[in-house]
Amino acid sequence: MKPYQLTISQAQEGLKKKRFSSSELVKSCLEQIKKLDRKLNAFITICEKEALAQARETDKKICNSQFAIRNLPLLGIPIAVKDLFCTEGIRTTAGSKVLENYLPPYDATVIKRLKEAGAIIIGKTNCDAWAHGSSGENSDFGPTKNPYDQSRVPGGSSSGSAVAVASGMALAATGTDTGGSIRLPAAFCGVVGLKPTYGRVSRWGVIAMASSLDSIGHFTKNVEDSAIILEVTAGKDTYDATTPPKPVPNYLKNLKKGIGGIKIGVPKEYFIKGMERKIELQIYRAIKKLEKRGAKIVNISLPHTKYALAVYYIVQPAEVSSNLARYDGIRYGFGREKFGAEAKRRIMLGTYTLSAGYYEAYYLKAMKVRTLIKKDFEEAFEKVQAIIAPVSPTLPFKFGEKTADPLKMYLSDIFTIPANLAGLPGLSLPIGFVDNLPVGMQILGPQFSEELLFQIGWAYEKE
Amino acid sequence: MSNIKSQTSNLTQEEVRHIAKLAGLTLTSTEVKKFQFQLNEILSYVSQLRRVDTKNVEPTSQVTGLENVFREDKPAPSSVKYKNFFKTKLVLEK
Repeated sequence: MKPYQLTISQAQEGLKKKRFSSSELVKSCLEQIKKLDRKLNAFITICEKEALAQARETDKKICNSQFAIRNLPLLGIPIAVKDLFCTEGIRTTAGSKVLENYLPPYDATVIKRLKEAGAIIIGKTNCDAWAHGSSGENSDFGPTKNPYDQSRVPGGSSSGSAVAVASGMALAATGTDTGGSIRLPAAFCGVVGLKPTYGRVSRWGVIAMASSLDSIGHFTKNVEDSAIILEVTAGKDTYDATTPPKPVPNYLKNLKKGIGGIKIGVPKEYFIKGMERKIELQIYRAIKKLEKRGAKIVNISLPHTKYALAVYYIVQPAEVSSNLARYDGIRYGFGREKFGAEAKRRIMLGTYTLSAGYYEAYYLKAMKVRTLIKKDFEEAFEKVQAIIAPVSPTLPFKFGEKTADPLKMYLSDIFTIPANLAGLPGLSLPIGFVDNLPVGMQILGPQFSEELLFQIGWAYEKE
Repeated sequence: MSNIKSQTSNLTQEEVRHIAKLAGLTLTSTEVKKFQFQLNEILSYVSQLRRVDTKNVEPTSQVTGLENVFREDKPAPSSVKYKNFFKTKLVLEK
């Protein structure tokens, strides 16, 4: 097994036992990037020099203290970063030509925490510009390709991050999920993607999309690694007032507790007409596996699900139009003439629905329906502890299949959006293949129930 | 709710140009036509929310229920390092 194929915990074991050095681990990932990225286009910026320098530092640290690894959970681990996270002195574009030359003067809180835990930033990954998209095709730096079939999309918006982990260019990667931008690419690329509870992870230094929905998460090869990273990134940050002082559990401690007797709901609204039959069958197989592990499966209903997409396409563009107002060509990057079609569309939609006379009919109405969607979940979680559902009604689609029709593209997120509206955590897990393409399911839980999601995910992986 | 201008949204090209102006965007005439069609399609889709009864329903804006988050008014070092900055001579005299 080559170092790039390892999980975080395996790689740390290897570093500890001196089977390979951090430099060798980083080089192994860099070789994967050199071999594959010309075709896959997962990276906008590759930090080869910086990563190798940091790896040499790490090797010295490991040499000097055998305790270094025990204290630093990500020591020597190469991580890819979505190009939406500010990285000090490293170009941060948000996938847009507006920020083509932007060099942030500081690190996002998440980046600071990852670095303090010993992680090595290997590069900045491609994404839909400003995280607007479900396919990666809105990137101003060219689309990222799905490693399983290069004629198909990897899912978006965190496209490059999902592809980097799926093809061994990094052991893990950061992402953002405003309407499904972690869970969808995770499902399309066959990796584990976590969208934490709103506010669990600080958004400070992450370029804002829609501030009442943005959630900061990550991609890994398995559930254990996902738990390792959340333990590093989660928790109160004085720079982001939406992070509550709630303590961060030791997610690894009870990871293997088992799921005997746990009630898991299956919402009927997520099994709709138009969903691919073969995906549905995979989900039912996954449900059976959880049952075998001792979980009790309960049929539930979330009656307002059908309105989630409409709520989202009022709330999200409204907040987008406000957040993107700061790009005026004076403070950061180039002027507004560099915005691509999707950003323009969302800015105009938001400007319209927030304008005088329309606010009540659109934004306020949507925020009220949002309350009903949130209530649906709260009522469901009185009967069950978690919910499982498909991530996407379709398999990874072909390039260009949905670009001409924005509404058709928006429908790709129909199963992921409700969790963002309700602020819930969601764990997207690979559950198999249909026609040689990966399929995913998501486990949703009440706010701040990430520990339980990891337990269920881990139990599923072991079955 | 009497100040709601229109319940059926059908944006004219003139309105599209006006919205673009408000948002600081410059559109070509092809873009105006394209966005007019696409925005109307999206607005017509989202208008299904009118069917939902939201009488006595409070709007949700902060989803985890936090309110009035304050911090202690204590000075702390800035997170931004000034190593990339440079000093200039006084530009304006008092």
